[in-house]
Amino acid sequence: MRPDLVPPALILSLVLFALGALGVFLRRNVITVFMCVELMLNAVNLAFIAFSRSLGTLDGQVLVFFVLTVAAAEAAVGLAIIIALQRGQDTLDLDAFNLLKW
Amino acid sequence: MTAILFYVFAALAVGSAVVVVGQRNPIYSAFGLIVTLCALSAIFGLLGSPFIAVLQVVVYAGAIMVLFLFVLMLLGVKPEDRPSGGTLKAVAVALVAALGLQMGAVLVGAARPPLASFDASTRAVAHVLFSAPYLYVFEATSILILAALVGSIVLARREP
Repeated sequence: MRPDLVPPALILSLVLFALGALGVFLRRNVITVFMCVELMLNAVNLAFIAFSRSLGTLDGQVLVFFVLTVAAAEAAVGLAIIIALQRGQDTLDLDAFNLLKW
Repeated sequence: MTAILFYVFAALAVGSAVVVVGQRNPIYSAFGLIVTLCALSAIFGLLGSPFIAVLQVVVYAGAIMVLFLFVLMLLGVKPEDRPSGGTLKAVAVALVAALGLQMGAVLVGAARPPLASFDASTRAVAHVLFSAPYLYVFEATSILILAALVGSIVLARREP
């Protein structure tokens, strides 16, 4: 009898998502905040995988695949925006970016 | 054995996620995130999803984190010089606790006992990915990647 790992995996997903959300609120560095968003994305991926295991369908796996692709695109564009922001302001502090321009 | 491995990797993931959130130096955060991603990959494997586990290491821990570290080094690393205020901290902890309770109630109520047979091999996932509804999404994804490629080049380009 294999142990049922789905409920602990869901709890782990919850903890990681909460930690990521806390980081988004508390950190001041743009790149750290961005990394906390990636952490939240991964927590959601874990929930997808756990539910896929629990329901016996593969749709969760395919959705994780799409989340991975979108996360890669998002990281590329986001980091390009951060480079452009840093060029204009010479800082990575979130509070410095309070205008919709650079 | 599976359960022991699961809890070891879960503890590793949570510990390094705390490093990601708690560190002022973004380089330490990045390395913590790499450890979290690798531990999560092991957990995906233990949950019977080898394809996603490998993809996690290749795409996340490989490509995305290298991009993050590259940009961190390019822009110069400075630890945050001022801490977040006490009020902000209290509000953030309260909000996240409320969110966590809400999500916990939903998630724990939704879990069902897993089925005995579960095949998430690369072949099985590919059959779902390359058939009717998801095939169109897959093709749309390639346009998204192209747009992201062009967009990031335009955004990061130095003004002529």
